[in-house]
Amino acid sequence: MRRRVLPGFGISLGYTLAYLGLIVLLPLVALAWKATGIGFHGLLQLLASPRTLAALRLSFGGALLAALLNVFLGLLVAWTLVRYRFPGRRLFDALIDLPFALPTAVAGIALTAIYAPNGWLGRWLVPMGIQVAYAPPGVLLAMVFVGFPFVVRTLQPVLQSLARDVEEAAESLGATRAQTFFRVILPVLVPTLLTGFALALARAVGEYGSVIFIAGNIPMRSEIAPLLIVQKLEEFDYAGAAALGVVMLAFSFVLLVLIALLQHWSGRWAERGA
Amino acid sequence: MTLTLDRLSRRFTNFAALDDVSLEMAPGEFLALLGPSGSGKTTLLRILAGLDYPDRGSVTQAGRDFLAASARERNVGLVFQHYALFRHLTVRENVAFGLRVRPRRRRPARAQIREQVERLLKRVQLEELGDRYPSQLSGGQRQRVALARALAVEPELLLLDEPFGALDAQVRVTLRRWLRELHEELQLTTVFVTHDQEEALELADRIAVMNRGRIEQVGTPQAIYQDPATPFVCEFIGRTNRIPLTRHAQAWRAGAWSLTEDPWNGRHREAVAYVRPEHLALSVPDGEPAWEARVRHVYLAGSVAHLDLYVAGIDLALEADVASEDLGRLGLHAGAALRAAPARLVAFPCDDGDGSRPVIDERCSWASPIRR
Amino acid sequence: MSGGSARGGSTGRWLGHVAIIAFASLFLIVFLLLPLASVFAEAFRQGMQAYLASLQQPEALSAIRLTLLVAAIAVPLNLVFGVAAAWAMTRFEFRGKAALGALIDLPFSVSPVISGLVYVLLFGAQGWFGPWLDAHGVRIIFAVPGLVLATVFITLPFVARELIPLMQAQGSEEEEAARVLGANAWQMFFRVTLPNIRWALLYGVLLCNARAMGEFGAVSVVSGHIRGLTTTMPLEVEMRYNEYDYVGAFAIASLLALLALLTLAVKTFLEWRYGDEIAAHAPGGH
Repeated sequence: MRRRVLPGFGISLGYTLAYLGLIVLLPLVALAWKATGIGFHGLLQLLASPRTLAALRLSFGGALLAALLNVFLGLLVAWTLVRYRFPGRRLFDALIDLPFALPTAVAGIALTAIYAPNGWLGRWLVPMGIQVAYAPPGVLLAMVFVGFPFVVRTLQPVLQSLARDVEEAAESLGATRAQTFFRVILPVLVPTLLTGFALALARAVGEYGSVIFIAGNIPMRSEIAPLLIVQKLEEFDYAGAAALGVVMLAFSFVLLVLIALLQHWSGRWAERGA
Repeated sequence: MTLTLDRLSRRFTNFAALDDVSLEMAPGEFLALLGPSGSGKTTLLRILAGLDYPDRGSVTQAGRDFLAASARERNVGLVFQHYALFRHLTVRENVAFGLRVRPRRRRPARAQIREQVERLLKRVQLEELGDRYPSQLSGGQRQRVALARALAVEPELLLLDEPFGALDAQVRVTLRRWLRELHEELQLTTVFVTHDQEEALELADRIAVMNRGRIEQVGTPQAIYQDPATPFVCEFIGRTNRIPLTRHAQAWRAGAWSLTEDPWNGRHREAVAYVRPEHLALSVPDGEPAWEARVRHVYLAGSVAHLDLYVAGIDLALEADVASEDLGRLGLHAGAALRAAPARLVAFPCDDGDGSRPVIDERCSWASPIRR
Repeated sequence: MSGGSARGGSTGRWLGHVAIIAFASLFLIVFLLLPLASVFAEAFRQGMQAYLASLQQPEALSAIRLTLLVAAIAVPLNLVFGVAAAWAMTRFEFRGKAALGALIDLPFSVSPVISGLVYVLLFGAQGWFGPWLDAHGVRIIFAVPGLVLATVFITLPFVARELIPLMQAQGSEEEEAARVLGANAWQMFFRVTLPNIRWALLYGVLLCNARAMGEFGAVSVVSGHIRGLTTTMPLEVEMRYNEYDYVGAFAIASLLALLALLTLAVKTFLEWRYGDEIAAHAPGGH
């Protein structure tokens, strides 16, 4: 056996593994094991239930849409913060992390207070026929809110390091601003945008605190999957809750793997370039 | 201290960093490990420092197993290539570190530590900068702090990893001289790793030339330069002309030039000769065997001129050096024709069975009786 | 107004820049500032007196105490874990390192509700260890240990994720130098490693603490909502809100919002002052 030069390999790795085993792995094994309690038939029944399906569709569909919106909004905001100097820029920059730092329950009731029919914005939007609170758009809004910092913060350093001379080269070759953006800048940003998309998605899929207040939680309409898990727990349907949990985890896992593959493909130039 | 390295081997996942390396180190010696990157010299240094361990082989110090001691017990001073100064400590604190971390019973008193640090700072000419942080120093100053820090623990062995690698050319030369003087003063056994032959030739008492994990040759700078032991050393140290030779009956020939004696008594058919640019005779009389060469370019480099020659008969390009003041006397200018022949050479026969691999054991050196 | 890329001559381009800035600013004001402002507006809707009174109720005080207690246990646990994990990950080569990294990140992509659920399945009445714990009179679920466990799970990656890229970038040369100079393991750690990572460590602890104090979903599942015993501040917000005590709910929420603002302020300060010594700036260390 080779002697290690720096001390603490055994103790640090041992502690790390033991801690992760106890805090993360053991509980997840318990989840998977408990989920098998409902059997294959039970799983089919759970998945065939229209209420479960609607909740899963809302959680995953909403999260995908929210992550997509965040990619656009995040790119716009990150671009503005990196490329322009204007009054209030530093304040805005510091505030980007607010959705991350603000406890989700607080975000939930604050968004509800604003978009409820008697709220600051709700009182104008509802008469125009735009209902946000207590409806699916509210779910989407909360999901965009919690995922927003991830996209901006992932993009900022990349935008900052983007070599200006490449843009200048494109312009000197006769490209318009739009051509430069879509043909030169955007392709380089795609892997980063996908990272931000994946982070925002992972956060939004499981989001609970900020969503349940504004969603109204109407079954089949604005009820998210995590809430369904909570309800099953309250009905002491542990196996059902566990099964739904496993389904959510498996689904997120597949999505994240797909994104990672897409990212690998979109960043193929980086491996050769560097 | 006397160190004996015996048959050290160290493999990394896909290459052998050290392959059966043996070496002796005499007390007070200034030894250079010279080789291209990847030749294993840094691995050897790290093994001596206790930061890596060989897979096989031993290092003994006066019969004691040197490898049994951990890095912190070895009492070696190590200067890292990028210095590895503690960025959160001042220069003074960096230098004092090794004394402050000693176990209480061996730790000098505060005042004593302070005194020793000041003495070392003076020695490395940094007494004014003791309160600066590493980030506030120039490369050369950092290098000297790293050296002072390594010397503070009063090591028995000083190890330097590419000590001048990160410095610009001018600082490099100044520091080199300074380090040599310091060594003469301290008489501390010192090993330094470098890929710069000029550095090794100028500084070291002895040089170990390394290539692909093996030591090719160990010797004084003069021996390494004048008497290279292997084709690698011929090509790596200084500049050289590589000339393939073939045997015809009793003579070894390359075009119009030939060597009438056969040192290998007919055992080989092919050989390769190495001739240094300053060992090419450029005005060989008509009776002697020589190449009819043409001067393609003359590069004037101060006191020396480098000539770029071409021998059309055997499609061979040659480099030759002459003193600049001799250019006119010899009539050397681009386009001039001359008769050139080696005055000294080192040759290796090529193994007939295995293509053109030179046989190092049958190396032969030859000097022409004719002076140019 | 616009800097860098604005070049003289083209009025249209200048207008374009102004439009982008104006749109982004308006969006950030409506999307981020408005909710923050509404928390305080709602909290003070019935005046200072009502605000202070609702904060002085015993449930409010016990919720504050409990939140501080949970964070005071969970954050140090994850601090020690983060340092150990970063040391193992960045200073040694071993098989399965990538998998270990993924495992450390895992809690980031697990729904908070599931993070709570797993502990109910382990320690709840019907869980693996439930009956045994019950027989020995130990309560984990619907009690403080459950709250701590769920919080530890949720905040586990923060410190490690902050330290790993930084220690990777710093390399191990300084620690090797300390060893060659004769430092023992503790001297090396406290005199070289720790000073080099202190700001990143503080940064990670800050994020970890913000999340620990504000966590809602995971804690909600294991809490059982026992007033005065197992309700942390975010849970107290929910309970008051569901009881239509809006001023009370927003009063507690305003404290949490202040915590968030404080976190952002310290975070911004650390990034501004010690940016070079903190590897990543993204939330959650990404």
